Amino acid sequence: MFAFAMKRILQAVIVMLIISLIGFAIKHNFGDPVRDLVGQRVTPAERAEIREKLGLNDPFMVQYVRFLGAAVQGDLGQSYFFKRPASEVIIRKAPATLELVFCASLIIVLLSVPLGIYSAIRPKTLFSRFIMGGSIVGVSIPVFLTAILLIYIFSVELNWLPSFGRGKTVMLFGWWDTGLLTVDGLLHLIMPSIALSSIMLPLFIRLIRSEMMEVLESEYVKYAWAKGLKPRRVWWVHAFKNTLLPVITVGGVQLGIMVAFTILTETVFQWQGMGSMFIESVERSDTSLMVAYLVFVGFVFVLVNTMVDIIYGLVNPTVRVAGRK
Amino acid sequence: MEPLIQIKNLRVDFALRSGTVRALRDVTLTINKGERLGIVGESGAGKSVLGFSIINLISKPGRITGGQIIFKGEDIAKYSLEKMRTIRGDRISMIFQDPMMTLNPVLTIGTQMKETIHAHRNVSNREAEAICLEKLRKVYIPSPERRLTQYPHEFSGGMRQRIVIAISLLTSPSLIIADEPTTALDVTIQAEIMDLLLELCETENMGLILITHDLAVVSEVTQRIAVLYAGKVVEIGPTRQIIDTPQHPYTQGLIKALPQMAGGKRRLNQIPGMMPSLRDMPSGCPFQPRCTERIDKCIHEIPLLTPVEGGGQVACFVRQGGM
Repeated sequence: MFAFAMKRILQAVIVMLIISLIGFAIKHNFGDPVRDLVGQRVTPAERAEIREKLGLNDPFMVQYVRFLGAAVQGDLGQSYFFKRPASEVIIRKAPATLELVFCASLIIVLLSVPLGIYSAIRPKTLFSRFIMGGSIVGVSIPVFLTAILLIYIFSVELNWLPSFGRGKTVMLFGWWDTGLLTVDGLLHLIMPSIALSSIMLPLFIRLIRSEMMEVLESEYVKYAWAKGLKPRRVWWVHAFKNTLLPVITVGGVQLGIMVAFTILTETVFQWQGMGSMFIESVERSDTSLMVAYLVFVGFVFVLVNTMVDIIYGLVNPTVRVAGRK
Repeated sequence: MEPLIQIKNLRVDFALRSGTVRALRDVTLTINKGERLGIVGESGAGKSVLGFSIINLISKPGRITGGQIIFKGEDIAKYSLEKMRTIRGDRISMIFQDPMMTLNPVLTIGTQMKETIHAHRNVSNREAEAICLEKLRKVYIPSPERRLTQYPHEFSGGMRQRIVIAISLLTSPSLIIADEPTTALDVTIQAEIMDLLLELCETENMGLILITHDLAVVSEVTQRIAVLYAGKVVEIGPTRQIIDTPQHPYTQGLIKALPQMAGGKRRLNQIPGMMPSLRDMPSGCPFQPRCTERIDKCIHEIPLLTPVEGGGQVACFVRQGGM
């Protein structure tokens, strides 16, 4: 297990290197930081001096290694717009996004597992057909449309839920700005997390259903029936545990994608997270912040996937042996 | 002898989109207590369907559409799922064909054994474990205590089949249905597994239904053989008699098709033609299109199982004197 984990972590480091290289290449080639930094009255000579001072005239690889060295220490450069370290800006915006993703994932897990399993076990019932039909509709409607629809119904027409912002938040540990601890914050979370989960939830229901149906046809499930086990045991222990394996793998990737997908949801709900920050930084050609965002999201993505792989190893006994060798 | 299970006019249909296919046609069989019966026939004859239909576990869309399965005086073909569950794995156990596929890859051997006991007996975890260990010793698994915590992939195919056999023994059933238990195994392991099954059936006085296409295997283990062809029993009788003096032309063909060790090199005999598709059955005797001894009557009427000399029964007009 240890060797397996080490191998996965090493892979994660390599992936991070590649992401940072791409991120840095973008930063290197787009926009002119000097122009953004200084006013119009600065002379070309002074600009050249600033360029030299910032090390922008050095060869690409030298700049990259410098960037990498700083990044490892948590320094992702200076946001040209905020005039503060980019990592600081991101850390301040991250809790909003991560909480949104967390709530959306919670909705996905709590609903997709029972619905997926039910529709696999009883594929012919009316309810199963309804779930399947509904999931097609869910997948087909884009997130921003779902979001606008939700706002129209629950904010404009019914006036039940707030339509934008995070509401009242509480500071945790001095830096984690949470909306999970106030009623107002939770109310603000409902619609954005539903909107964010609206694409992944149907996908997961369908994934769990099809995997489960396949497993239910397997010999070991037939054997479990032949042993006279109770239906619950066959479904939840014999079939579901095997269904989980592919679902975990896909789930990890999807969770990462969701972190990136918050951009749409955050824009519609004016959610002050990393997604809307990224959009703003693009508009301001704040390349440092853009790159910092890319690297940070990449980091979250890699982190989640590495964790998922390790969890997979815990569920699947054959992986453990491979790691032991 | 006291009958253990009586199958009467069993009929199994598969309702496919293209129409209903009849996999078993009025199969009638009796297995006595402690008796070992072999069911032979080529692929698609309905052997496995027959085995699975006894515990009502035919793959969808197969369904028992007629006949009775009398077990302990009750027709278990009519049992509800919950009632059937109390018989499956308890009074009647099954051994599947491929031990690589039968055990759940993500559960330990101990879990898969104990859950069977807990499903049928109200015992503590410790008592269940003691039963598991006892049965693992019976199938000659070395250091069974350690084995309980291992996963299926840590065992070889032969070992896995031993574990499956141990699982089938857990509740001391009165009948074991073994569906080609050695087909997926190495030839050297096959004999070991068959010897083990035979030994266990004798010491525990269990009935055995051995489904196989391997005549050599059945001839060593069973006391009686039923020959299945296109969903019908065409011949049934004592093992020695079926092997030495087969009556039905199909059985004769099967026996002749066996490679012989003695007698030098020669081409293997084969039965001409193929088993008819279950969708498109010939009229009369199902074997008549391939039969070399066919008479007119075979094409028009379906022969019934009729007793012949030596205690067997055969469904063939020619053998019944061409009546």
